[in-house]
Amino acid sequence: MGSRASTLLREEEIEEIKKETGFSHSQITRLYSRFTSLDKGENGTLSREDFQRIPELAINPLGDRIINAFFPEGEDQVNFRGFMRTLAHFRPIEDNEKNKNPPTSEPLNSRTNKLLFAFRLYDLDRDDKISRDELLQVLRMMVGVNISDEQLGSIADRTIQEADTNGDNSISFSEFIKVLEKVDVEQKMSIRFLH
Amino acid sequence: MASPGVRVLLLLVLVSSAHGDASGINRTRGNRTLTPEEEEDSQQHHNNTKAFPVLSFNFEHVRKPFEISLWILLALLMKLGFHLIPRVSHIVPESCLLIVVGLLVGGVIKALDSDASDTNSSVPVLNTKLFFLYLLPPIILDAGYFLPIRHFTENLGTILMFAVVGTLWNAFFIGGMMYGVCQIEAAQLGDVDLLSCLLFGSIISAVDPVAVLAVFEEIHINELLYILVFGESLLNDAVTVVLYHLFEEFSHAGTVTITDAFLGVICFFVVSLGGVMIGLIYGIVGAFTSRFTLHSRVIEPLFVFLYSYMAYLSAEVFHLSGIMSLIACGVAMRPYVEANISHKSYTTIKYFMKMWSSVSETLIFIFLGVSTVAGPHVWNWTFVIFTVILCLVSRVLGVVGLTFIINKFRIVKLTKKDQFIVAYGGLRGAIAFSLGFLLTDTHMKTMFLTAIITVIFFTVFVQGMTIRPLVELLAVKKKKETKRSINEEIHTQFLDHLLTGIEDVCGHYGHHHWKDKLNRFNKTYVKKCLISGERSTEPQLISFYNKMELRQAMMLVESGSLAVLPSLTSMQNIQPRDTVKQRVIPSISKRREEEIRKMLRSNLQKTRQRLRSYSRHDLMMDPFEEDLSEVKFRKQRVEMGRRVRLTETHLNVHNSLSFKGMVSQMGYSMPLQGGERKENKQMKALKMWGFIMFIFS
Repeated sequence: MGSRASTLLREEEIEEIKKETGFSHSQITRLYSRFTSLDKGENGTLSREDFQRIPELAINPLGDRIINAFFPEGEDQVNFRGFMRTLAHFRPIEDNEKNKNPPTSEPLNSRTNKLLFAFRLYDLDRDDKISRDELLQVLRMMVGVNISDEQLGSIADRTIQEADTNGDNSISFSEFIKVLEKVDVEQKMSIRFLH
Repeated sequence: MASPGVRVLLLLVLVSSAHGDASGINRTRGNRTLTPEEEEDSQQHHNNTKAFPVLSFNFEHVRKPFEISLWILLALLMKLGFHLIPRVSHIVPESCLLIVVGLLVGGVIKALDSDASDTNSSVPVLNTKLFFLYLLPPIILDAGYFLPIRHFTENLGTILMFAVVGTLWNAFFIGGMMYGVCQIEAAQLGDVDLLSCLLFGSIISAVDPVAVLAVFEEIHINELLYILVFGESLLNDAVTVVLYHLFEEFSHAGTVTITDAFLGVICFFVVSLGGVMIGLIYGIVGAFTSRFTLHSRVIEPLFVFLYSYMAYLSAEVFHLSGIMSLIACGVAMRPYVEANISHKSYTTIKYFMKMWSSVSETLIFIFLGVSTVAGPHVWNWTFVIFTVILCLVSRVLGVVGLTFIINKFRIVKLTKKDQFIVAYGGLRGAIAFSLGFLLTDTHMKTMFLTAIITVIFFTVFVQGMTIRPLVELLAVKKKKETKRSINEEIHTQFLDHLLTGIEDVCGHYGHHHWKDKLNRFNKTYVKKCLISGERSTEPQLISFYNKMELRQAMMLVESGSLAVLPSLTSMQNIQPRDTVKQRVIPSISKRREEEIRKMLRSNLQKTRQRLRSYSRHDLMMDPFEEDLSEVKFRKQRVEMGRRVRLTETHLNVHNSLSFKGMVSQMGYSMPLQGGERKENKQMKALKMWGFIMFIFS
């Protein structure tokens, strides 16, 4: 089995992750066991292949993009910290957090940060705008192969026109937020982790 | 006024009777007022001694349909009347007014009949069969077919908790406390035993969907609260049915054992799940049938109604929950049926359902009023007062207690405001009354009925009237009026996929995972069976988009903006650019093309007729149709105009050529419009048309 002492989770690490992400102790340990079960190479980090081994992710239209979202810029491995940091976006917003004095940096699971995460999945080139092509790519992934390019193009055009307020023919982050203001993002982008 | 045919008939009859022929002729005359002896008499007297009745009065013959129609007509006229008195209808909800009308009508009937020998029969009472078999199903079907599925499934756990646990708590609390009250010496209620009290509790505890609908529809509250209260009122039917039958059996048997209680629990599961199962079966069969209705579009709506009604009746046969069966049938059928049927059938279904449910609701409230006047009443102050108080108390306690538990499992917690509205919206209605009516005739029955009616009146009048100002006062979130935009649809689907992926990464089989699995199953197997033609492989996004475009195009057409269509000659003045590329009009399926063609043709023809006196201010638009209001529409036109200007960069003038092609394809000649329209408006409309046709491809 090899020496895994170096990869066991230490108390200090748990505390740090707790502070950074807001997860509770039990959640962190549970997710750590999931992390280790995915980590077939047993080196304390996950590579893209580890993610691709998850069967349901392969049939998910957005599978590749989701996997990419875990890896920081240009890197090929993600450690447990990074894993947790990404997952922290999906923690449900607690009521008592709303009342607390806002910490120095906004918590990872605030509504804006959740939307930013989703926005980044559209906006691959990181120019803070969803262009028509990027939108087309996402639509093509979601809709499948049977729909013609023109039809998708007209849907994309319509989408951009609906959302675009400053006329630059692409959707910026603020426009994105505005369009989704009626959608209950707090509920939609949260996963009920076990307490 | 009589048509020639009738005159000929009369003449014939006269001639034949003058001959004084045999009994055959008498029968063909259809004159049923003649009894057999009288007929013989007239034959014996060969030449009739009395004159031939030119005008005879025969009411018995049409009595039943006449009365029914008269009642319905009265109910609807009342409904009309309320809206003519704006002040009243703003303060008092319609249900209250209808009950008051019922009281008046009942009073009138009773006064008229007070000297007749047979007082009871002529005052129509809300008898149980009429209610459960004819009046209730349309309302439930309407509610179930148009149930907002997304909100319902998202909050299913909460709804079930309220429906099952909440109703049980209500029933036992009220029943138990009433038994305690009955033990008080001063109330003279000593003979009411525990089981009867529990039976009473189970009848009065259920929140009534009809009353909830009637009141909540007018206050336009946000979807979450609406679906919580309404969903609860629908799903508690199973609990009510089981409890009612249970306690009724027991009150005859006299004693309860543990086995009976256990059987009761099993019965609950059988009733609810069995009802849902029957509904699903009928729903699937109905969806399958709609696959083949391509050539008989006219009867499509009937299938929906009949299958649903059969689901209800079949469930009632086995004493399963008819309401849940009806809801399940509607929910199961809807996505597939809507993909298969024509647009007109869809509109027909929608409006017929709304019409029937509206009539039913009106009749129910009027009959409630009438039955109140008619029925024998036993008024016992203690019993009634305590019932009302206990209903309120148990509802509040139940809601607060359950919310405390539920909030531990919810992502979006229920606030105190939400809890208040849920508790306050627990209205009782006609179901409680009908169940009470079904009770076997003991001397307690009338007392129970009186108490039930009092509670119903209290909830409908007091709570119904005050809930609107309270909603305003507490600034509860209202329903958002705008329809879903394409952005919301795309991004919501995107988020669904994202969340499913994240759940898979965590190894957590949550809500999204199962929903995704169900969708996949639906797409690969079920849709192929139940949807005809190539619509079966159409992704949800595309059908949403098509529906949206269709809706917008029809709105444009109906408002007559296409009166701006240019003549063919003026189109030839448009100089095509040199760099014109031969763009092939993308092919669309034949069926879609046919539909578009038909729709455009019929609407364009309408436009042509309306053009004689066309001015935007004269245009009659039904404000309730498609939520259309002049302001909104103008905004939309501005948007479309803006979009057209934007798409000028994408679509060049070549579109006008394709438009021409389309026009000649349709074998159409556009009406010549006066030159008072400016050139750019023509261009705008032209491009709008091109854009629309482009979209449809």
